[in-house]
Amino acid sequence: MKFFSSVLLMALLSFSACLFMPWWSIAIACFIVSLIIPQKRGWAFLSGFISLFMLWFSLCFWISKNNNHILAHKISLLILKVDHPIALILFTAFIGALVGGFASLTGSLMRKSSVAN
Amino acid sequence: MRFIFLFLSATITVALCFVLDTKVVIPAPLGRLLSPQEGVWQNAESVHEDYSADLHFGNLQGKVDVYFDDRLVPHVFAEKENDAYFVQGFLHAKFRLWQMELQVLSASGRASEVVGEIALSHDREFRRLGMVYAAENSLKEMEKDDSIKSACDAYTSGVNAYISTLTKSDLPLEYKLLGYVPEKWNNLKTALFLKYMSFDLSGHENDFEMTNAKNYFTKADFDQLFPIFQDSLDPIIPKGTVFAYPKVIPVVPAFADSIYSNFLHQTTEAAEIVKPDPSNGSNNWAIASSKTRNGAPILCSDPHLGLNLPSLWYEMQISVPGYNAYGVSFPGSPNIIIGYNDSCSFGFTNGGRDVRDYYEVKFKDETKSEYWFDSSWVKTTRRVEKYKIAGKPDFFDTVAYTIFGPVMYDHSFGGKYSLGGKNYAVKWTAHESSNELRLFYLLNRAKNYADYLVATKNLKTPGQNCVFACKNGDIAMRTQGYFPAKWKGQGDFVMPGYDSAYLWQGMIPEDETPFEFNPFRAFVSSANQRPVDSTYPYYLGREYPLARGAFLNKSLATMQDVTVQNMMDLQLSTVDYFASMAVPVLLKNINQELLNSEEMIFYKKLQDWNYHDEANSIVPTLYYITWKSLTDTVFNDEYANAPKYTQRPFESTLLEAVLRDSSYKFIDNITTNKKESLQDVCIASFKYAASKCSKLQKDNLLLWGNYKDTKVSHLLRLPMFSKMHLFVSGGENAINAMKNDHGPSWRMVVSLTKNTEAYGIYPGGQSGNPGSKFYDNSILDWAAGKYYKLWLMTQSEKQDSRIKWQMHFSTI
Repeated sequence: MKFFSSVLLMALLSFSACLFMPWWSIAIACFIVSLIIPQKRGWAFLSGFISLFMLWFSLCFWISKNNNHILAHKISLLILKVDHPIALILFTAFIGALVGGFASLTGSLMRKSSVAN
Repeated sequence: MRFIFLFLSATITVALCFVLDTKVVIPAPLGRLLSPQEGVWQNAESVHEDYSADLHFGNLQGKVDVYFDDRLVPHVFAEKENDAYFVQGFLHAKFRLWQMELQVLSASGRASEVVGEIALSHDREFRRLGMVYAAENSLKEMEKDDSIKSACDAYTSGVNAYISTLTKSDLPLEYKLLGYVPEKWNNLKTALFLKYMSFDLSGHENDFEMTNAKNYFTKADFDQLFPIFQDSLDPIIPKGTVFAYPKVIPVVPAFADSIYSNFLHQTTEAAEIVKPDPSNGSNNWAIASSKTRNGAPILCSDPHLGLNLPSLWYEMQISVPGYNAYGVSFPGSPNIIIGYNDSCSFGFTNGGRDVRDYYEVKFKDETKSEYWFDSSWVKTTRRVEKYKIAGKPDFFDTVAYTIFGPVMYDHSFGGKYSLGGKNYAVKWTAHESSNELRLFYLLNRAKNYADYLVATKNLKTPGQNCVFACKNGDIAMRTQGYFPAKWKGQGDFVMPGYDSAYLWQGMIPEDETPFEFNPFRAFVSSANQRPVDSTYPYYLGREYPLARGAFLNKSLATMQDVTVQNMMDLQLSTVDYFASMAVPVLLKNINQELLNSEEMIFYKKLQDWNYHDEANSIVPTLYYITWKSLTDTVFNDEYANAPKYTQRPFESTLLEAVLRDSSYKFIDNITTNKKESLQDVCIASFKYAASKCSKLQKDNLLLWGNYKDTKVSHLLRLPMFSKMHLFVSGGENAINAMKNDHGPSWRMVVSLTKNTEAYGIYPGGQSGNPGSKFYDNSILDWAAGKYYKLWLMTQSEKQDSRIKWQMHFSTI
């Protein structure tokens, strides 16, 4: 339950933060959520990772699908050197996930105990 | 233990954010670039994007309604004239901001601010050529003209109104990739953009290369290599036209023969100048109503330029009380540039005259504060140029200005090559103040021939052949511009800078501009060829392409009962007129008995060729390689010891020489004892071409379309943002002068019937965003030779099904 609410909260908070703040505010969002909601360290990392992976994957997928992947074709060639929109979306999601995961782990480690008293 | 993990985890998180937000560790800030809410994903515009909007701006005087049709072409209806320019600026910025700014950064020698030190040499060359100085001079003239100033002011505030709405995530893609943000627009930038076009279109000089050629060859050889007139010339203004006695008679300086036209003396090391693509290819013509099927004049214009994405052109309609104009505009400048209005139509080809000369200047000392001129030391004025360089400290450069203009090359800056301690000042008509915007401003509003005459007087640099047709039946062509009246040979070479006798002694008076108005032949035409024959009293330089012009005139002369479709076919004509003169010479001089069976197959194909540069034929490839090889075989031996930058003969020189005399002097290879004949060089070239062609055939590159490999490149030369490998017909000497990266940048055919029937297309799309479906949507149609029907919309048609989006602008 904590895991799912963490994932959901992180996604919501990350999305809202990025409306006003630079992209790395996703780290702050995940950090705060993990600081508040106690989870085992491993689960904390995973919740941040999965939350941001899903958030960025779905945002990119939705944007790119509406774009008929016109730009993703070009950018995937530019950055990944292969013409593969989905690979670019996965790559993007992975970047977000990595930052989200570590930020979340950091938040969890800030707590004395990994489980609520 | 937890603290160690905490420390580690926190460090990793911060490090990740840092690495992904900067270029310090990885080459691109991937986090920032790919973040879905801020990065490039935001530029992936929905294919169902809704461009409609209601916008309010304080600086508008009335209402403006913009109707976008299904090709995203805006039809702008403004209650007040200047509001139309405000909205034009706004739309240019909305769809083309990055290219507008890049062109200006490049023109003003500021590219290093964005791309770093790599562009410093380009930047210095542009500043030292006096681009900013020229734009400042023109801006003064433009701002003296109230109507132009207010049009520019409105345009500028429109651009800035858009820029101020931009958030980080709205920035055009290229800003995100390169990591900078747009600046505010101003009127100087509009002037700079226009100077950039002047640079692109008035760089027809080879002064350094010609100087080297003069120093290397004897006078007799030089005259044979660089003839002034060509036998097959069919000028823009027909042969036999009588010209008035000239008002300006330039005097050849005393001792010019020994000081200036001194052949065969020591060679000078010359700089390689940044030059625009020397390619020409533009055509324009107008046909009188007596020659057309529907009895209305037809005007055609297809300006050929380097093809880029985003396109140089942005198509639109401007309607205000008083006039309706439709056509293509330059993002960066107000007005319609090539197009039509309710009464008439207008278009341009490049005049290609030499309006830029160099003078060798002697400074007193390294401070460059005085130079020797008419037997005394004269003070220079100095301009300190400051360059901001991304990632590096600022760089300062002092440029001395003389009576001629800026000293472009001196001991501190030689371009790419050494100058042997010499200094060269550049004199260029574009340095002088001018108000070209008034030309377009007036043409947009022109109602008749008299209005066209007044409008064209404002064109100074770049000189253009201005075609005109009017619904009342008038057609006209003026070879307009601001041209120095030169004595024969003046400015072919670098001139001495110590003697006022070498200055331009006057300009060709405007009323001596060669022109045609409603001629008996019932058409006017131009294709960059020499504007007049040898009876015109002024010297106009040496190099002009002639094939397209000759073919165009020949075709138009025989056509009757002309339809719009005929005109499209002519614009798309792939007949290579040059080849039709050259191939018979080749065939006649190739001894078939000396060919092997494979070469014989190629020979037969050349023999059967209809001279069409068709994409799916192999013969154009065969012919081009043969002719190129023939030229090299004939001239390479003479040039073997020439300085690196020595002018090569113009394309038509060899052809005209062998048509005249098969024992042309240069055919003999001076490095052999044998005396080579035309037959020897023809067969050698053909055998070389045949072997090259069989290699190409194995690589599947022999078809002309594949060999030519036409592309429309993104301004950053990123292939994924470009349209590569287009299989298109046409060639340099065909009306459809489509080359590798240079070709018809806009094709337009306007039949001036009561309601005007017009067609046009350009290779690109209305949006400059590589993430938009309107980025390159017209390229394939353009490549296939299709045209779009142009729609000069009236306000009563706002319910028309072609209208897809609407923008309404009003004051707050």
